[in-house]
Amino acid sequence: MRDETGTRMAGADRFPATRHSAVLAAQSDDVLERERGLTILIDAYWKPAYKYLRLRHGASNEDAKDLTQGFFTRAIEKDFFGGYDAAKGSFRTFLRVCLDRFVANELKSASRAKRAPEAPMLSLDFDGAEGEIAREPPDPSRSLEQYFHDEFARSIFELAVEQLRVECAQRGRDLPYMLFDRYELDRDPDERLTYEKLAEEFHIPATQVTNFLAFARREFRRIVLEKLREITSSDREFREEAKSLLGVAP
Amino acid sequence: MRWLSSATVEHLRRVAEWPDLADTKYRVLEELGHGGMGAVYLADDTVLGRKVALKVVATGVSDPAAAERMLREARIIARLEHPGIVPVHDAGALPDGRVFYAMKRVDGSRLDALAPDMALADRLRVFQRVCDAVAFAHAHGVIHRDLKPENVMVGPFGEVLVMDWGIARLVDSAADDPSARPPGSRGTSAGTVMGTLSYMAPEQAAGAAAVGPAADVYALGGILYFLLTGRPPFDGEEARSRSTPGGEAATPLPPRRAARSVPPALESLVLRAMAASPEGRYASAEDLSAEVSRFLDGERVLAHRETPVERASRFFAKYRTAVLLVAAYLVVRAAMLWLLRR
Repeated sequence: MRDETGTRMAGADRFPATRHSAVLAAQSDDVLERERGLTILIDAYWKPAYKYLRLRHGASNEDAKDLTQGFFTRAIEKDFFGGYDAAKGSFRTFLRVCLDRFVANELKSASRAKRAPEAPMLSLDFDGAEGEIAREPPDPSRSLEQYFHDEFARSIFELAVEQLRVECAQRGRDLPYMLFDRYELDRDPDERLTYEKLAEEFHIPATQVTNFLAFARREFRRIVLEKLREITSSDREFREEAKSLLGVAP
Repeated sequence: MRWLSSATVEHLRRVAEWPDLADTKYRVLEELGHGGMGAVYLADDTVLGRKVALKVVATGVSDPAAAERMLREARIIARLEHPGIVPVHDAGALPDGRVFYAMKRVDGSRLDALAPDMALADRLRVFQRVCDAVAFAHAHGVIHRDLKPENVMVGPFGEVLVMDWGIARLVDSAADDPSARPPGSRGTSAGTVMGTLSYMAPEQAAGAAAVGPAADVYALGGILYFLLTGRPPFDGEEARSRSTPGGEAATPLPPRRAARSVPPALESLVLRAMAASPEGRYASAEDLSAEVSRFLDGERVLAHRETPVERASRFFAKYRTAVLLVAAYLVVRAAMLWLLRR
């Protein structure tokens, strides 16, 4: 990794350093390690799962909240993810299948007797997720599977953007993030924003805009790949997810 | 946490794919285009202080064949120093492992977008410049194999550049060069079709192991067809059917049936360039260009058998002033004789 002046820093190689996979950690006997893995997985998947439930099962806002809470709570209690076998497919697909099964079972038991909803254990911003659905309703031309994948991609990118913001702030380098935010995230498609205009807006030379943006993009890519590395269980799965998410095989 | 719209997610996908240019003299400014083999970026050459176009392989070091294809393309273009062929400045591997080459940044518009607003003579002159570049490539043993209006750029000062030499092949190279295959394809001997079916010569559409300059002459005929009629010689289902056995031999709708305004001589010229058999076509891109020159100069196009009316109208068009002067003289003379007789 390099800072904006080109100094190499640790950890920004094209292939992110191998991190202990959260999928494997979630299957660990070590309680702390298991908790760490589950937290990472829930962070990445709760929102796609909630939105998928709203669309796939036509669940109401409240039902989708309960089902999402119930699914991840049960995953923690019953070690759902312990049954994942990397040889049979990606963890993303496994999680979606588990979710469908969980909902089917819940519906069955609900038809036998109305169960009291379990106490919420996870702090998840469901109102925010609901607002996102309202802001951008699902594209009817996409299949449910594609919709889940699209929301998964959105979730990973949102987490990566947030981590980029935090890391830049921690290093006292807010400006590269602000430029990244303005140029890559906050662009009006009709606005012909140039580096020169950006330089004027931020009162810095255009060459610095180029360097800062190059730095922020490089960091963003690194973080995305690291996140993917974290939530996959093998090198092969990591490469496949990177290809499906970024269109390139790292 | 910040919400990202689908458009922003899609944009970030591309941003994440932008090449890592740390330790190089280049800084990426924006993505110019994206294809199957790779993406092209506008970049700043910070040493020379100029903008360049960087073509970067898409699949990275995990696909050595893609990297080899990109380098091969750069080497092919590098040996073609011609004003009608975009020059390559640099080639190599980026710090992230991806192979790239840097070429001149071309400002301007694609010929397919520009042609509808151009006068016929201007379209024909641009076409001749394309023929010149292709003839030069042929003279240096290179066949383009994917000529079409979309691969021709016309600059603001009238410069004409033939682009995208990604599937070009060397005449003297092995017929079935594995490095020239697109990802996932089989060798040409097994019938792989590379290029654009709408403009492709029948022998290339049939997956012939080695196509020669005649395939480019056919595609040039296709470009001229487009310039005259505003549509490709084969379109939609018609083009797709050319990839099926036997379908490749289909002949295009005669240009004058696609657009009545096409001069008959140019129709004959196009049909000759697009003859099904390579032997039936112009022997070279120069010969094709020379025919266009004949048309522009008001001379007889060799591929066209003129009717007496056409010959007369061509003669009139070429010697319009002299013919009008003679006609005026004859009218005045006749009038004077008539007046004298009265």
